[in-house]
Amino acid sequence: MKPIWFFVGLILSIMGMIIEINGIYLLIHPCPVKKVLSYLHPDIWWGGVMIIMGVIFILKNKNVKIL
Amino acid sequence: MSAIGLSFVDWLIIAIYFGFVIGIGFYLKKFTKNENDFFLAGRKNSSWVAGLAFLSANLGAVEILGMTGNTFKYGMFVAHFYWIGAVPAMLFLGIYMMPFYYSGRIKSVPGYLKLRFDERTRVLNGISFAVMTLLVSGINLYAMALVLHTFFGWSWHISMWASALTVAVYVTLSGLMSAIFTEIIQFFLIWFGLFLVSVLGLIELGGIHNIMARIPQSFNTLWSTSGNPSQNGMMITWGGIVLGLGFVLSFGYWTTDFLVIQRAFSAKDLRSARMAPILASFFKMAIPFIVILAGLIALILANDPKSGFHLLTDSGHLNYDSAFPLLIARYYPVGLVGLGVTALLAGFMAGQAGNVSAFNTVWTYDIYKSIINKNASEAHLLWMGRAATIVGIIISLGTAYWAMSFPSIMDYMQAIFSWVNAPLFATMLLGMFVVWITPSGAFWGLITGMFASFIMYLAVKFSWISLSLITLSSPASDMAANFWRAWWAWLICFVVTIVISLFTKKKPKEELVGLVKGLTKESLNKNIIFFKRPEFLALISLVVFILLNIYFW
Repeated sequence: MKPIWFFVGLILSIMGMIIEINGIYLLIHPCPVKKVLSYLHPDIWWGGVMIIMGVIFILKNKNVKIL
Repeated sequence: MSAIGLSFVDWLIIAIYFGFVIGIGFYLKKFTKNENDFFLAGRKNSSWVAGLAFLSANLGAVEILGMTGNTFKYGMFVAHFYWIGAVPAMLFLGIYMMPFYYSGRIKSVPGYLKLRFDERTRVLNGISFAVMTLLVSGINLYAMALVLHTFFGWSWHISMWASALTVAVYVTLSGLMSAIFTEIIQFFLIWFGLFLVSVLGLIELGGIHNIMARIPQSFNTLWSTSGNPSQNGMMITWGGIVLGLGFVLSFGYWTTDFLVIQRAFSAKDLRSARMAPILASFFKMAIPFIVILAGLIALILANDPKSGFHLLTDSGHLNYDSAFPLLIARYYPVGLVGLGVTALLAGFMAGQAGNVSAFNTVWTYDIYKSIINKNASEAHLLWMGRAATIVGIIISLGTAYWAMSFPSIMDYMQAIFSWVNAPLFATMLLGMFVVWITPSGAFWGLITGMFASFIMYLAVKFSWISLSLITLSSPASDMAANFWRAWWAWLICFVVTIVISLFTKKKPKEELVGLVKGLTKESLNKNIIFFKRPEFLALISLVVFILLNIYFW
């Protein structure tokens, strides 16, 4: 059985990628309704953090099996 | 009231979460072959898995929204729930109590009561726990639908049925194993989905020192205003915090509630089981950096007319629970809103899965096998666990609909923990550490403590007695009343158990070996280097706990 950490990595990567891609799209096509601190583009760097964390979890556990 | 809109990307993230947890249920089903796998997750989890699940089973979305709202209402005092109201009890469980709980013979907390005392006490606790768990599960389901309806405009019925059916599918398929998997995923989603609110709030308001400087003293301290109840937001004295919350309610919940202890039971060995609550204590201490910080940020923004931030109102009253969703709406762009909502949904659903998985174990072992079918086979018990999951979900849904038509039931729920857990802690404490406590003493002490707590609650609610008689101070908030009532219920159970034990028949000492301190061989930590011992980690946790309390004194 794959360890839980592998699945944590998987869901963080998938969600991080969606947020990252959407953030880049919003950077190119800005939304008319601005959120507070939107100039910091939190979606881009937070999505990036999620992808990095997710990939670390996946790589560390891709060959691990729990008996 | 106004709804917060979601875009296609937000919905996509929510849909992925639902698909993911159902997929995990199907994936784990092929590894769920016997009752041990279903009820105890095969007892193969590491201390990290058991520890994070131990914490996450308690970390529901109702708590996150409620505690953020409470911080808005009461200030920093709410941090006591996460620090003195949790950490000492978690460390005590790991160091002193887990060696008696963790045994091949014990599958649940009522199971311990059967071995230490007798069948009566086990069944009494099993039934009260099962009823409490299903009520809490149903009320949480209602609370979830209320939040989703109020803030996002979702249908009551679709919210309740979609989440209940999803939980039913994955818990029925693989029991505690899938509940633990989803709890750990919830833990990460909560940190990634909600902590960013605090980060962005800190940036907007110029850091933690600026935040503290803009809050009145009665709201930004932990202890320095606790000498006089009229000087702090919670209207309570340090005595109520220490005795009611820090001792009875906290120890009553963290050391006896099977919902959280079941996660430690899933650990692969005794050392991992002892480490589970100790590791969890570090993360528990970190939760205020999401919850309390968000509440303080909302408080400052709401008091600043230029910020444009206002809590929602219900019939002219502030809706404190709206603080967190409104901060999400303030800071999060499309996509991140979906992540924040998914984190809240994950919190709701994992909490429900936790309740149902604890219920199916207690029902199967401590009620069904104990009273109805003593000779049930292993395969039959596995089937019964799955059936109990489905029935538990149906009862939860029924309770949720009951709460919809009778919302004041929420008021009763706030007190239910002090009815069940506070006296149980006295029973457990005496049972584990005093050899001569008898089965009759434990049974009648527990009944008297539960009854006394219930009567005190009714007496104050219907003004039969003055609240100050229980809280020993005036003024006092509802929360202060909860803390003090728990203390009195514990004390009554403690005294009655001792007095009756003095006059009733004791159990032979040979039957208590491994269950009571003094009769149990101390063989812990042999051949383990000091920094890997639970005691060493507990000491570090205690130091961090003390430093946090001094820093925010």
